[in-house]
Amino acid sequence: MSVTPTIPLATGDTASVVPGVTGVPTDALGWIIDRWSDLLSAVGDAAGIEMLQYGFMHRAFLVGILIAVMAPLIGTFLVHRQLALIGDALAHTAFAGVAVGLFINAVLDVGISPYLSAVVVAMIAALAIELISEVTDAYNDVSMAIVLSTGFALGAVLISLNAGGLAVGINQYLFGNLATVSRSNAMILIGLFLIVTLVVGTTYKQLLYVTFDETAARVAGLNVPWYNRVMTMLTAMVVVGAMQIMGVILVAAMLVVPVAGAAQLARSFREALLASIILAELAVLVGITLSFQYEATAGGTIVLVAVGLYVGAVLLGKVQSTRDIEDDIHATAEERPAD
Amino acid sequence: MTHISVEDVSFGYTASPVVRNMTFTVEAGEYVGVIGPNGSGKSTLLQLVLGLYEPDEGTISLFGQPSRAFVDRDRVGYVAQDVTENTKEMPITVAEVVLMGRFPHAGFGRISSDDRKRTREALRTVGIDHLADRKITKLSGGQRQRAYIARALAGEADVLVLDEPTVGVDAESVEAFFDLLERLNDNGMTILLVEHDIEAVLEHTDRVLCLNRELYFDGPPETFVESDALARAYGIDTRRGEVTT
Repeated sequence: MSVTPTIPLATGDTASVVPGVTGVPTDALGWIIDRWSDLLSAVGDAAGIEMLQYGFMHRAFLVGILIAVMAPLIGTFLVHRQLALIGDALAHTAFAGVAVGLFINAVLDVGISPYLSAVVVAMIAALAIELISEVTDAYNDVSMAIVLSTGFALGAVLISLNAGGLAVGINQYLFGNLATVSRSNAMILIGLFLIVTLVVGTTYKQLLYVTFDETAARVAGLNVPWYNRVMTMLTAMVVVGAMQIMGVILVAAMLVVPVAGAAQLARSFREALLASIILAELAVLVGITLSFQYEATAGGTIVLVAVGLYVGAVLLGKVQSTRDIEDDIHATAEERPAD
Repeated sequence: MTHISVEDVSFGYTASPVVRNMTFTVEAGEYVGVIGPNGSGKSTLLQLVLGLYEPDEGTISLFGQPSRAFVDRDRVGYVAQDVTENTKEMPITVAEVVLMGRFPHAGFGRISSDDRKRTREALRTVGIDHLADRKITKLSGGQRQRAYIARALAGEADVLVLDEPTVGVDAESVEAFFDLLERLNDNGMTILLVEHDIEAVLEHTDRVLCLNRELYFDGPPETFVESDALARAYGIDTRRGEVTT
């Protein structure tokens, strides 16, 4: 893939290797990361929390908290358009993107972050999903299945071609890893976070209209295919961002599980968005803490906590709706004599 | 002023046209009912009028502009058959749905207090302001259709286009629904209504378009009853009230 940008962002822990044009924004992002680290260290010292003494845990929490905002933010729109599986499809192509990055690094002897190549490949795949369903009139899940298998196949082939160097590092992308969230990876994630929240913030109304009623949105003059493309591109960014700690296989869970839980509790769309972010934050914070304490894999732990919260939300939602129905019965009983 | 103008329009998804050489205009304040058997191109005609498809031949204009390139989108309100089919589980309140009518006005800007005020007024007009904070999926079919009309009102639509709005709505609510349409029409709203219930169209509208791929009748309900357009369009010997579509 010749489209992979040759921005020399090293996977190493130093921001100083980034020259020229990217210097100013990376300096700013680096400063944010440093202050965040200071803050957590201070909290850790004050409260005597051992896990907050480690720099990699600071970055893990930072990345986790940001993911838990943007994943449900995008996921809410996806789930209510019946596109829950798009995250899975894009995660598998992001895996191909990682393989492309590692492959180029090995062959050309350069230092491209596999996360950057993953962003690019996943966004191309996102466009491909939209184009396939627009051009062939196939249902969206067919185009997703095609892109998903293509992505995984491409990744598998590239890794087998260059087995010696690549296979070693691939586990961390498949399953995610707290300890490998480097400083530059955290910077990439902050960048993705800013893009995703800004775009959703600006186009919230349009995305909501398209999600709720596509035909009425077209009648109202919205360019529906364009918003669909924006949505899938944002999904690709979130997926790659979350892949660092969730891993390819589990990344889609962050897009779907908190959203499904929130839908059980919320009445309005705004409530649903807020509730899904709260549930996701809970899952990430509890999950990362547990995975540190018991040395379990972070992605899996976070997803299990999220599913636990989902089950709780379903039960709570059932209790709520029974109460609503009882209220309705009382209300109509009181209204009747007045008729 | 002419709100909708359809000139010699033909359209087909495949080689055989669904809509053939149709010509009619709808003036401001008219209440027009469109009837015809299943597959007669009623819904397709509406979608052409709304600019969702490009006609193969002929021209369609809304407010004097070609409907495909039409910019004042908020002047047309569209109420389809129940759209919640695909959004059954979506948590969204009635007020949020009606507020969508304001979105084309707001563009990328913020929702203003004026937008919220118009939303409340629209809910009051259709008589469901007490349901504003309910989930839209918890409403009955009739109440939901009122919510979609409120959305069009909130968007300050001058034309209301309805595609079989009473499907799945109970008889009592249907009566109230037509009363609402009549009230809106009295206040100057132009209405184009596709409806399978011939009886209801004859009773409530001022003008009937009867079609089956081409236009068989265009005129007031009284004249329609006396003509043989119904039998010709439906291709059977039917009497009023006994047509099943």
